[in-house]
Amino acid sequence: MKALGFILLLSGWAIVLAAMALLRTGLDRGVFVTAGIGVEALGLALAVRAHRPPRGESE
Amino acid sequence: MTPASVLCLFFIFLVPLAAAGLTLINAGLGRSRSAAHAMLAALCVMAVAAIAYTLCGFAWQGFAGGAAYSLHAAGREWNWLAAEPLFLRGRAVDGSTASLVLLLQMLSAGLAALIPLGSGADRWRLGACCASAAVLAGWTYPLFAHWVWGGGWLARLGVDYGAGQGFLDAGGASCIQAVGGLTALSIALILGPRRGKYAIDAQPAAIPGHDAVVVLFGCFLALPGWLGLNAAGAILCTGAEPGRAVLVAMNTTLSAAAAVLATAAVTTLRFGRPDASLCANGWIGGLVASSAACAFVTPAAAAAIGLVAGLLVTFTVAYIEWPLSIDDPGGAISVHAAGGLWGVLAVGIFARSPDNVSGQWLAQLVGAATLIGFVLPLTYSLNWLLHRLYAHRVAPEGERQGLDLYELGAGAYPEFVTHNEDFTQL
Repeated sequence: MKALGFILLLSGWAIVLAAMALLRTGLDRGVFVTAGIGVEALGLALAVRAHRPPRGESE
Repeated sequence: MTPASVLCLFFIFLVPLAAAGLTLINAGLGRSRSAAHAMLAALCVMAVAAIAYTLCGFAWQGFAGGAAYSLHAAGREWNWLAAEPLFLRGRAVDGSTASLVLLLQMLSAGLAALIPLGSGADRWRLGACCASAAVLAGWTYPLFAHWVWGGGWLARLGVDYGAGQGFLDAGGASCIQAVGGLTALSIALILGPRRGKYAIDAQPAAIPGHDAVVVLFGCFLALPGWLGLNAAGAILCTGAEPGRAVLVAMNTTLSAAAAVLATAAVTTLRFGRPDASLCANGWIGGLVASSAACAFVTPAAAAAIGLVAGLLVTFTVAYIEWPLSIDDPGGAISVHAAGGLWGVLAVGIFARSPDNVSGQWLAQLVGAATLIGFVLPLTYSLNWLLHRLYAHRVAPEGERQGLDLYELGAGAYPEFVTHNEDFTQL
């Protein structure tokens, strides 16, 4: 799950870069950049969740 | 040197006060048994960062208009890395604008490298702190700073893609604060929580800082440091006129003021009285958030930015501790990563372009996405590799004893023995 989280982080960034390079209007770019940030948020949530200490381990 | 250069040099000389302030805050929010270690680690990290940046960091970062490596994609040039010589070969350090930028960036790299010490407090080995600082100042910071301040692709978003004036960050909310804050997140994830922080039912235990006076004095010290950082950055990195330093100073102060008052109000509502450590975090959060927009917004907008930063820091500190279960003793992730990202986005919301150029919000959004989607995986993977080569976390015995005794052989406060069992078992 940790690796998947970081892959999603990079994928979200790739969507942002692709939106800037390939789309023409500001609105289209904005929509896809926002979508890319959404993918990044999902990746961040997964990466952080994968690091949560198992219950009782930190005692 | 011109009068403007002398003024910039004065602003740059103030920057170490920001480092001193952060150091005191990190030391005060940690345990007393690791206080000397926290101070020495900060000193060593600044030293390592200055050397690493001088050796190779500036070669990767460069400055706008200098030599650079570029990729060509979709019919456009993507300037991604400077191509300056290593070890500053051939670079005159003579009071020219380029040499002032070099000095400011060397200190800024040190400031960025200090930030992760807050999240790794009480369990991060001294050698590992230094190794991580070398990687940050020698590679991660220069790479992103080149994109923003060195004429890289983020700075050119306006010219190449019509996104406002390109990515704007006057004082380093992204390059310094968010890069340092995301590295702090990586360090906290890699190290894991302090022993005893999360009990069997996963509820967090309160481990309060040991010296609120030191923490709050650190806040006072940080203010002149940030005034210098934001003013020097605005003049040298975004081309603002020296006279704009007055606006920068006013905006920086108002942002911090609004942030600390917002934090005090929220903590009073939640806990019945203001919380000193959270107010300190709110103050620094306001300074951090002010950095990006300080030269481009009105004082009222700066106060609004600070107000949101204060609220953001207060709630993210609690959210990161629980339910995310990330142990961040100094609040570095909330203050520098969340505050820095908010500062970056605030430029897109509040900045007014003199030429009414639209699309600034898009440039800022792309910059924020680059921080989360590229810088975080980069800094995590580099620190994870370092951790595999040289374990970051101190042995359990060292954590129980305190890093002062375990790594330095002497406590910070030997005449005030508050942990008797720790001092008598050697």
